[in-house]
Amino acid sequence: MATPVPSHLLRSDIATAGEARSALSTAAAPSLADRRVRGIGFKDVTVAYGGLVVLDALTLEVRSGEIVALIGPSGSGKTTALRAVAGFVRPTRGRITIGDRDVTNIAPYARNIGMVVQNYALFPHMRAEENVAFGLRARGASQAVLRERVAESLRLVGMEAYAKRYPRELSGGQQQRVAIARALAIRPQVLLLDEPLSALDAQIRRSMLDELAKLHRELPSLTVLYVTHDQTEALTLADHIGIMRDGKLIAFGASRSLYRHPPNRFSAEFLGRANLLPVTSVQPIGRGLAEVRFGEAVLAATNPHGLPQGADCLLCVRPHDLRLRQGEGGHNALAGIVESVQWQGEANSIVLDVEGHRLRLTCAPLGEPPEPGTPLALAFDPHVVTLVPETSGD
Amino acid sequence: MLVWSRAGRILAWTAAALVFAIVYGLPIGVIALASFSGQWNDVLPSHLTLVHYANALRGDSAEQAQVSIVTGFAASAAALICGSWAALALRNLARLPKRALDVLFFVPSAVPSVSVGLALLVAFSQPPVLLNGTRAIVLIAHFVLISAFTYGNVSAGLARLPPEYEQVAESLGARPFYRLRRVILPLVAPYLIAAFSLSFALSMGELGATVMIYPPGWVTLPVGIFSLSDRGSIFDASALTMILAISTLIVLVGLSRISSKASVR
Ligand SMILES: Nc1ncnc2c1ncn2[C@@H]1O[C@H](COP(=O)(O)OP(=O)(O)O)[C@@H](O)[C@H]1O
Ligand SMILES: [Mg+2]
Repeated sequence: MATPVPSHLLRSDIATAGEARSALSTAAAPSLADRRVRGIGFKDVTVAYGGLVVLDALTLEVRSGEIVALIGPSGSGKTTALRAVAGFVRPTRGRITIGDRDVTNIAPYARNIGMVVQNYALFPHMRAEENVAFGLRARGASQAVLRERVAESLRLVGMEAYAKRYPRELSGGQQQRVAIARALAIRPQVLLLDEPLSALDAQIRRSMLDELAKLHRELPSLTVLYVTHDQTEALTLADHIGIMRDGKLIAFGASRSLYRHPPNRFSAEFLGRANLLPVTSVQPIGRGLAEVRFGEAVLAATNPHGLPQGADCLLCVRPHDLRLRQGEGGHNALAGIVESVQWQGEANSIVLDVEGHRLRLTCAPLGEPPEPGTPLALAFDPHVVTLVPETSGD
Repeated sequence: MLVWSRAGRILAWTAAALVFAIVYGLPIGVIALASFSGQWNDVLPSHLTLVHYANALRGDSAEQAQVSIVTGFAASAAALICGSWAALALRNLARLPKRALDVLFFVPSAVPSVSVGLALLVAFSQPPVLLNGTRAIVLIAHFVLISAFTYGNVSAGLARLPPEYEQVAESLGARPFYRLRRVILPLVAPYLIAAFSLSFALSMGELGATVMIYPPGWVTLPVGIFSLSDRGSIFDASALTMILAISTLIVLVGLSRISSKASVR
């Protein structure tokens, strides 16, 4: 693993008033006390299909009450990792824990997991409320608990008014909410979400993203493993992000620090579409900064991974961290030639050629956008650009 | 619509109606007419009468209709249970063994029914299993002939069922039998009903095997029709055929109404 898991404060796990009110002790659900510290642990988890390894020695911890997003391109093993927690694929090696219980050899129905799949899989022959009640019925909950929990879960996702509808009478976004309510009704220890927004159109996706964030504020002790290929979803929701590639976890860290200081080329490109310039490290200049050489120019950048002098590495500059400058020279200055300019509503996107390398810059709309072929001077703050080792991550 | 012009559409419909009338309408019409005729020497019969239906209801035919329906229901129910069970048990098998078993299941329906009847006769006319001359052997023959179809139908339904439904149910804490009862069977219900309907229709019309093995006192309608026409009582046979067709139709229409109710949900 490229970055160590940063230490962070353990959450205090005080249930909200709403949870305390509806905490009914039944055999059907763990009591409130049981729900305290429930994380997910992967230890060296390997999954192979017919000899082909699709999940390679995954070691990862999702702490109690945290949202961890697994992102990566299609086929990188994200769903497989999630299904291993749910129990639908059996690891060929390694252990999976939920809380302090080793669930590696436990049947899926005994794992107490809430799962929302990509196409929701609402039972078409049951009304919304029957879908939500399914897990409780299967566990033999009493009628009183059933009524209370179903109402509470539907309220949590704002679907009380649609309780009597069949799934085919609901829109995609509404089906999604019912699927989440169904998963939450059993008071799971962990919630697994597999690309929950990918079947929705852009506008509804935006608002569902806000809803999910709100939901987690209301259920702060719920541990969530969120699989997506969309970096915006991951950055918006997750406390920590893991980046998968070819079945391997190639980066893991707190969302902000992973975005600011990607540990390798792949994560820099996948999370936030970074500009990467090949540079050579020259010398440290204090305050975590290092001087690097890019062609003839000498630039300053942060060096969080402690790359040694003389190392070939990449300078990672986010498109919105590049600024247009008047005049020539000065610190951290680059000269480029405009290749193309795009107007994107609230921003302008300019592609420049900087000594044979393409750089993308986004900025507030320009009154008079530059013509292609115009030379432009660029600059950046050394504290927002990062040196990244020249490795792809494996 | 593939045909756009109005004239073309009329032509297409006329042609279809004509083919339909010749292939399906004519034979059924002739039999229906024959079942009411007292004499048929010309193009059309003369002396229309209800006497053949009266014969049918007075003689053994009422009992034969009952035998057919009981046999059809019993064999179809047994085939439905066994076929569904087999389909459920085998659906997660690897491709190759599943293919092999599929072929095995379809062997009885590929063999001519007369051969199945003969095979059962030979197999069960010696101790230790002596079923020759019992009602059970008729049921067994029908079961053997139709179970492949129930298995095939239910298998097709299960194959179309996305695995997510069952997995979500399982993650919610549902044990295998609960999942079967509350999720899988309701979702494949239309296929189960279709399987049962097909089995029932096949059993109601089965002659080849039944005629080889039926015991005295357990005569199905097709066997009754066969022996009437063998004796030259064509008009009585026709009346019986109409009774067979109508009683089968009534059961099938009833089943299809349940089925459409099940799939609307
Ligand atoms: N049931 C399966 N049998 C064989 N290969 C599978 C199966 N499920 C997934 N795979 C393979 O495992 C790899 C990872 O798949 P998956 O975890 O679904 O990726 P992701 O969710 O990141 O898109 C893919 O190459 C896929 O083809
Ligand atoms: Mg996936």
